[in-house]
Amino acid sequence: MTKTRKFYTFPYFVWLLLFVIAPVALIIYQSFFDMQGAFTLENYQTYFTSGKYLIMTLNSIWYAFLITLFTLLISYPTAYFLTKLKYKDLWLLLIILPTWINLLLKAYAFIGIFSIDGSVNHFLEFFGLGPTQLLFTDASFLVVATYIEIPFMIMPIYNALEEIDPSLVSASRDLGANSYQAFRRVIFPLSLSGVKSGVQAVFIPSLSLFMLTRLIGGNRVITLGTAIEQHFLITQNWGMGATIGVILIFAMFIVMLLTQEKKGRRIKK
Amino acid sequence: MRKFRWSHIYLTIVFLLLYLPIFYLIFYSFNTGTTMNQFTGFSLAHYQALFADSRLLIIVLNTFLLAFLSALIATMIGVLGAIGIYYNKKRWLKNTLLSFNNVLLVSPDVIIGASFLIFFTMIGSWFRSFHLGFISVLLSHCAFSVPIVVLMVLPKLQEMKDSMVDAARDLGANSWQVMKDIILPFLTPGIIAGYFMAFTYSLDDFAVTFFVTGNGFTTMSVEIYSRARQGIDLEINALSTLVFLFSLFLVIGYYFISKENRSKRLRKNRLKRKKADLT
Repeated sequence: MTKTRKFYTFPYFVWLLLFVIAPVALIIYQSFFDMQGAFTLENYQTYFTSGKYLIMTLNSIWYAFLITLFTLLISYPTAYFLTKLKYKDLWLLLIILPTWINLLLKAYAFIGIFSIDGSVNHFLEFFGLGPTQLLFTDASFLVVATYIEIPFMIMPIYNALEEIDPSLVSASRDLGANSYQAFRRVIFPLSLSGVKSGVQAVFIPSLSLFMLTRLIGGNRVITLGTAIEQHFLITQNWGMGATIGVILIFAMFIVMLLTQEKKGRRIKK
Repeated sequence: MRKFRWSHIYLTIVFLLLYLPIFYLIFYSFNTGTTMNQFTGFSLAHYQALFADSRLLIIVLNTFLLAFLSALIATMIGVLGAIGIYYNKKRWLKNTLLSFNNVLLVSPDVIIGASFLIFFTMIGSWFRSFHLGFISVLLSHCAFSVPIVVLMVLPKLQEMKDSMVDAARDLGANSWQVMKDIILPFLTPGIIAGYFMAFTYSLDDFAVTFFVTGNGFTTMSVEIYSRARQGIDLEINALSTLVFLFSLFLVIGYYFISKENRSKRLRKNRLKRKKADLT
């Protein structure tokens, strides 16, 4: 019996080994080699001593933070109001639908919207603000990235809000809390788990949105993702690319640790 | 009713903003002109151009073939993996497997792409006949779809009653029969949902494909990226309209599948509650 079970799971273990363990090991391994293929610690040295890379990392984290903040500010009320709707399943589906549209197509749409003769500029001109350069600015990068990430923030918050036992809210109301107090003391703390997974789902991809920085940011914004893509596909300096990759993996772990659910604290239904 | 008016306005604005870029693309796909700046008149010229562009059509077909195949392979591996994880007796091993399973789900695309590129290049240096192209893209798409399938199938396994498997065994079924007649039929909704998700992930992927695609093979995302870098091309708008309609169908299909799942679960819970009331 255990034999057949092992037989069933064999392909899965091969997958784990080849596509989960090996690639992570390889990226760490690669980070210790220079462009000539000689073993070196130089990549890490370059990374930590050159101001260029550190500033880029800080920039990248700052942009990811801003994107996460904006998405959170927009998504929390959206998710909250959604839970109050009739046919909320259907509305949630409509929120999810744009995520099924290819990311590149959405980015491409913004090239049209933000271009120098595009709609936003026509609109601005109408108010006498004249055409301004919108595409290839930091602001346009932030807007598009926020736009793309919004559904990924709404979903976990919505799920967390949906899980809250309505009797808790009615209890707080019975005990004399007004709707603001009920929200602040009961609903918001209980929805934090959703906020955390939303932050996780938005922050990490925001560090690595390289196609947006190219298409919308016009290479003005360089994120960790852009740097990795640059090193791997353009300058062919795989060692340095892998080093930044290792840094990005570290950043990912830190975010995961910070947003981790503390076990046992969650209220069991 | 009046109480929620502000929230309704807010939601309307969010929905409008979410859909504005998509409808903007669709709207201009019917433009007679060649830019997204001014609508000069209705025409289907860009659709004609799209259907005459055999290179682009082949890329679209390739993308779908890739999604179809990778989702199929990933579903097979993922279902077996989910069964393997679920029936694992040791708790720590189960948890370790689950965290390994989630590595590809949480890793940024760039990391997956870059590490797969190193991996495939290494394989290429061992086997001369292996080149970056369809196979490497297919393998990577399978790779990042497997954990999705596992996550869709595991909850179904947890729902399944072990007594069914035990009963089948008592009645003399061998493990293959148990798998074929009990476990797999029970898992079917989860398997279909997993396949759907894997399919759409594959259709959607850009970053990973971009790294491992090599010179000969492209998918829709990569092609759109390279065209978008050159500027507006309303053929892309026409394509996006068709892709949007297709996604709409997929979503509707997925909605009905998951709804059926949910209503079954609800019914079961209701039954359980009834039973509890009776006893």
